[in-house]
Amino acid sequence: MFAEFLQYLISGVTVGAIYGLVGLGFSIIFNSSQVINFAQGEFVMIGGMATVSLISAGIPMPLAMLGAVAITTIIGVLIEKFCIEPSRNAPVVTLIIITIGASIFLRGMAEVIWDRNFHSLAPISGDTPINIGGAMLLPQSIWIVGSLVAVVIALWYFFNRTLMGKAMLATSYNRLAAQLVGIQVRSILLLSFVLSSALGAFAGILIAPIAMTYSTVGIMLGLKGFSAAIVGGLGNPMGAIIGGLIVGIAEAMTAGYISSAYKDAVAFIIILGVLFFMPNGLFGQKMVEKV
Amino acid sequence: MEWRQPQTGGMLVLIFIIITLPLLLDNNFHYEIAIKVCLNAAVCVGLNLLIGYAGQISLGHAGFFALGAYASAILTDRYGLAPMMAMLTGVIGVGLLSFVIARPILKLKGHYLAMGTLGMGIIISIVLNQEADFTGGPDGMSVGSLSIFGWEPVTELHWYWIVATFLVVCVGLSLNLINSPVGRALRAVHGSEIAARTMGIDTTRYKVLVFVVSAVLACIAGSLYAHYNGYITPSRANFFHSIELVTMVVLGGMASTFGAVVGAMVLTVVPQFLTVFEDYEMMVFGGVLMGMMIFMRKGLVPTLKEAIGKRFNDPD
Repeated sequence: MFAEFLQYLISGVTVGAIYGLVGLGFSIIFNSSQVINFAQGEFVMIGGMATVSLISAGIPMPLAMLGAVAITTIIGVLIEKFCIEPSRNAPVVTLIIITIGASIFLRGMAEVIWDRNFHSLAPISGDTPINIGGAMLLPQSIWIVGSLVAVVIALWYFFNRTLMGKAMLATSYNRLAAQLVGIQVRSILLLSFVLSSALGAFAGILIAPIAMTYSTVGIMLGLKGFSAAIVGGLGNPMGAIIGGLIVGIAEAMTAGYISSAYKDAVAFIIILGVLFFMPNGLFGQKMVEKV
Repeated sequence: MEWRQPQTGGMLVLIFIIITLPLLLDNNFHYEIAIKVCLNAAVCVGLNLLIGYAGQISLGHAGFFALGAYASAILTDRYGLAPMMAMLTGVIGVGLLSFVIARPILKLKGHYLAMGTLGMGIIISIVLNQEADFTGGPDGMSVGSLSIFGWEPVTELHWYWIVATFLVVCVGLSLNLINSPVGRALRAVHGSEIAARTMGIDTTRYKVLVFVVSAVLACIAGSLYAHYNGYITPSRANFFHSIELVTMVVLGGMASTFGAVVGAMVLTVVPQFLTVFEDYEMMVFGGVLMGMMIFMRKGLVPTLKEAIGKRFNDPD
């Protein structure tokens, strides 16, 4: 009974950590540009697919992972330069459609360069499960949760202890004021895409050994990462991670105790519930509309 | 002052095109495209009221389209209802559903509204996929033919007249709504909701009204599509279809009823040619989407209108 619960909790936390990483990407870009990047899920997909193809080209795993993150980051930069920057002052709907166009484009490109098949990736340190109280813990899960913790610490350090990170925070609070004190708002925007695409690719590489990788893997992962970011309150990086864990655990519990058929609906039911009662997410700031 | 444009002129042009079009259509494939254009256009005209005029985005309207389609499919097939009765039941059902969820969902703004409507659409899509006993699951189900008071459309031409009439009614409804106090209230909501409320406009009521109207139009279009196509799968409810619909509206030009029609036409016809590129279809589609939004932000019809206006009118 308890072993069962523990098993669901482990898988929930594992997948929730991935949603959190993806949600973090949404939050970082939203903070510096007020743009929701619907191509975030495609970063996840490219990270996984590029690693698979680099490894099959004979490159050792750690290098292949780095290479995949680098490739995804370049794509992120290109999207920022050619899609987001020229549309700085476009309305929300237009920006949403631009990034959706980018995501469709990237998915199409992935199908041309690679294929539509499922690819598996070897886990980082074997797949002999560890027995904890009757539940099976995959080493990959430890890697995923460990990476999430590392990312959180690194980001905390970046935002609180480095000039660049503080500049980024300042830009998200007040763009104009940040510009006035000499912060290069444009390079902050670029940096946010670099960070988000790297995080997305990283999440894609980590989840691939557990859930496979394929050209459309980014759709659901992206939407659930978006849910995580919204549950936690858009623009709140820690909120995104907690949101990801909430969505992941709720999903695993639903799949285990209620119905695995409706597992994918859980994230969206939580979203509607949270939004109806707390329109700004759990940890979001209250938005004040000015006339 | 775009609302002083001669809308009746546009309506006459639309009717003229619809009546003369059959002269140019010479095979069933052409008719099939024309019928799909009309159905998409009708949905987009409704959606444009919501997105273009009231300024409220919806990424879930494919859900209403699919509910209309499945209401017709399930009620005629499993419960033996007459097609028109099934359609009416679907309309009432979707009308009620959209009315109930409109209030909480339209309280949301911007990205939160996008996520709320997206979540709603995806939940509908998942239910249609999972309740296989009713819907046939991911494989879909077949739908009987339509019968309007005993008359059954058989040829593609019959269907063309049905959907074209439906489109004209939708456009007429939309133009009427826009040029009424409701339309003016909606534009005020789009401009600034708080300012509108200060002026004494019951903004919630108008937003809910438009949400329900757009949902019902999508539902009727879905029902017609199901009967015409003879088959329906849950893919009609998926996220991508919702995106397609929003893109049609934005591509044609927001807050332009004829823009919605043009956008629907372009995005229904162009992919037919893209199949030539096969593997590159998605890349081209995504690229066109990005390019259009980056370089022609206002959409086709308003951009063209501006260009023509500049050439013929005095430059002011």
